[in-house]
Amino acid sequence: MLAELGIITSALALVAAWYAVVAGVVGALNRNDRWVRSARNAALLTFPLLTVASLTMVISQVNGDFQIEYVWATTERASDLFFKLTALWGGQAGSLLFWSWLMSLFAGGALLFNWRSERRLMPYVIAFTMGTLGFFLILTVLIENPFSRLWQYTNGEVVTAVFQPAGTFPAIPSDGRGLNPLLRHPGMVIHPPTLYLGYVGMTIPWAFAMAALASGELGVGWIRATRRWTLIAWLFLSLGLILGGRWAYDVLGWGGYWGWDPVENAALLPWLTGTAFLHSVMIQEKKGMLKVWNILLVIITFLLVILGTFSTRSGIVSSVHSFAQSPIGPPMFIFLGASALISVGLWLYRWQRGELAAEHHLESWLSREALFMLNNLLFMAITVAVFWGSYAPIFTELFMGEKITLGPPYFNSVVGPLLIVLYVLMGVAPLSAWGRTSVQRLGRAMVVPVVMTLALVVVAVFMGLREPAALFVIALIGFAGFVTAYEIWRGVRARAQRESWLLAAWRLFGRNRRRYGGYIIHLGIVVIGLGVVGSTGYQQETQRTLAEGEALTLGPYTMIYDALSRAVATDGRVMTIAQVEVYRDGHLVATLRPRQDYFPNAEGMNTMTIAGTYSTLENDFYVLLVAWEEISQAGATFKVYLNPLVNLVWGGGLILMLGTAVAAWPEPDRTRAARQVSAAEGKALEAR
Amino acid sequence: MTQTTWEKAGGTSQAASNTGQRMRFLIGGAVILAAIGFLILNGTLNNAQYFITVDELLARPELRGQTVRVSGAVIGDTISYEAATLTIRFTMAHIPEQSDNLALTLHQAVLDPNATRLQVVVENEPMPDLLQNEAQAILTGQLGADGVFYADELLLKCPTRYEEAVPQQVQESDAGA
Repeated sequence: MLAELGIITSALALVAAWYAVVAGVVGALNRNDRWVRSARNAALLTFPLLTVASLTMVISQVNGDFQIEYVWATTERASDLFFKLTALWGGQAGSLLFWSWLMSLFAGGALLFNWRSERRLMPYVIAFTMGTLGFFLILTVLIENPFSRLWQYTNGEVVTAVFQPAGTFPAIPSDGRGLNPLLRHPGMVIHPPTLYLGYVGMTIPWAFAMAALASGELGVGWIRATRRWTLIAWLFLSLGLILGGRWAYDVLGWGGYWGWDPVENAALLPWLTGTAFLHSVMIQEKKGMLKVWNILLVIITFLLVILGTFSTRSGIVSSVHSFAQSPIGPPMFIFLGASALISVGLWLYRWQRGELAAEHHLESWLSREALFMLNNLLFMAITVAVFWGSYAPIFTELFMGEKITLGPPYFNSVVGPLLIVLYVLMGVAPLSAWGRTSVQRLGRAMVVPVVMTLALVVVAVFMGLREPAALFVIALIGFAGFVTAYEIWRGVRARAQRESWLLAAWRLFGRNRRRYGGYIIHLGIVVIGLGVVGSTGYQQETQRTLAEGEALTLGPYTMIYDALSRAVATDGRVMTIAQVEVYRDGHLVATLRPRQDYFPNAEGMNTMTIAGTYSTLENDFYVLLVAWEEISQAGATFKVYLNPLVNLVWGGGLILMLGTAVAAWPEPDRTRAARQVSAAEGKALEAR
Repeated sequence: MTQTTWEKAGGTSQAASNTGQRMRFLIGGAVILAAIGFLILNGTLNNAQYFITVDELLARPELRGQTVRVSGAVIGDTISYEAATLTIRFTMAHIPEQSDNLALTLHQAVLDPNATRLQVVVENEPMPDLLQNEAQAILTGQLGADGVFYADELLLKCPTRYEEAVPQQVQESDAGA
């Protein structure tokens, strides 16, 4: 049977992972290459094994093998094929298997791509990636096995067990329970995998940093290997955060996309420290400074990933979207503590031996390295503020005996000002030089962006914006954007004297991918910032009960309630759909169908409110059907939001993705040459 | 956070030729850290809410009128919704703060006739999808003089059913096949 295949392959992967840990460490300590190569082969084997295990699960889900408890709990016969496939990560046990599979994929990638160039680090990279994978496989295989099946005793009692207990026969339910209704949304289908990719991806930089600490090879090798992996993980983490916001906006029906929920914060924390690392790593590459700090940042990022996974899966934080409480909490906490001890211990050891000493020192506050340090300080301040806000209930209960919570007002009042300073820094830093810059030079470089910013403020005032605070914030964000755009333009113009503008831009970006990729990311962040200011600062809302044909007005829009209808979808959901017409300046601009879905078969969360949205670059007209008169169908209640500039948040997200892709793309000429050199080095090592 | 300042301090101390420069970095760093610390402390003091149980709320009269966070188990029969004014009303039962099995605790709290109960009014909110029997409600608001809790914010959590380890269809259909 298929379930056995899944059980066997995942168990074999568990064995292979732990064997790789042992063989890797033995090989590294005895400098024995046969052990190291054996460790690598075992590590590479985990990927095909877990691929088979995951495929087994997916096939069981598609075929409706409801004897497997996980299949019963997350799928049903009537589900679309799409949701049957994605149910792999719709529940705790399956998502652990999926996590492990991704982990083996990333580890395999790191081993194959960096094997030659970072040969000396590899035994430890194997040990640390496989140790992490091995831990997650312990959870998957021994604690929450996704292949557990249902068995029935002759007296009718049904139990769950991996293997058939004596005196039982297989219990096969006629149909499954189906995926949690809230998760049946394309955004929710892509959001967890991207977030996992980001989480899992952050394990690779950590493994390289730990390998550098363990082996004492603290040169540029680990930084070189780590930077691109961090960028890839960061890309997925960003994408996961944005998609999560989009899902909340579309499905949770509260007109917003970010609520400072502990689970959202859990994903934001490693993003913040990862972003700090991507900046400060440049100082190490250019100036040989901040070595102690960079390794610590990578360690903190990894620990925050594990902490995030732990808190979402163990139920220690109250949140709308955490998994239910489960037995994996204590082992995860132990893993978190053990990784923290080993990481920080190794780090302290190398630090006190003086192996992480800086090669240069800070010369001036007005230098790029000083501004980068300030950037790191701000990112860490936001990290500490968000961390404290998310875990305050736990700390206060532990140390004061009283549980104190901090809601969104706390986050807005603390993180808001820090973010604004960060935007200012984003504007000034690209203009500063390494070493030191004079105030005059900095001032001269700022003239054009400052003029453009003033023009922006005038336009904003002209468009009716009067609050000084809002104008100030928009000016600061705009300034950062203009600096970036101006820098890009200056670069392109310099080349464009010899070639066409398009070609100039293409070649400029191609030659300096990191620099211009980074600038594009900055532009994305600016666009997101403007969207956030607009949609949170100027959101309008109203609600009314309308009879058929009645209208309500919000901002420039008038909405007329047409009719109510009911439909049943293929997956059994009963949809109550209100049809409304949206007018602007007397013209019909859209017909919206906000609806409420009811899932008669689902337990727990069984209704879902889906907004009807008329979306333009200027704003979103966002309509929720709140209630209706069951019998007469004469009246329905609507809650309506007007969210200005909210689409800039999503658009900025796309720009950010594009920029990250530019920055992460391998640079063709120089890297190939570098790789050839280090490959020769690697061969020489292998030949020994 | 502190490590950056160490780094700066350590870095400049080795370039001991310029102690004035070093002082400038130290003082600058200290000022920035102090500002950040103040921001977080201030934000905490201004926005802290006690997270308490129904029993605690009723036992401590000094909390009346103060914004607190309180959690309880929703009693399904008491839920009513006035669509015209978007007013939600329900009664919730006391649940102890610590529990290993939240679903079971909620279930018992709703059935327990001796559990302290609290009437709740939430105004100006659409009917939440998750508001149903045996859901955990986490409310932010104030206890009024009338003994009714007026919530500004309502957060709901539905733990998966505690009996669900065993699918009922199997038992019902007596899967002898």
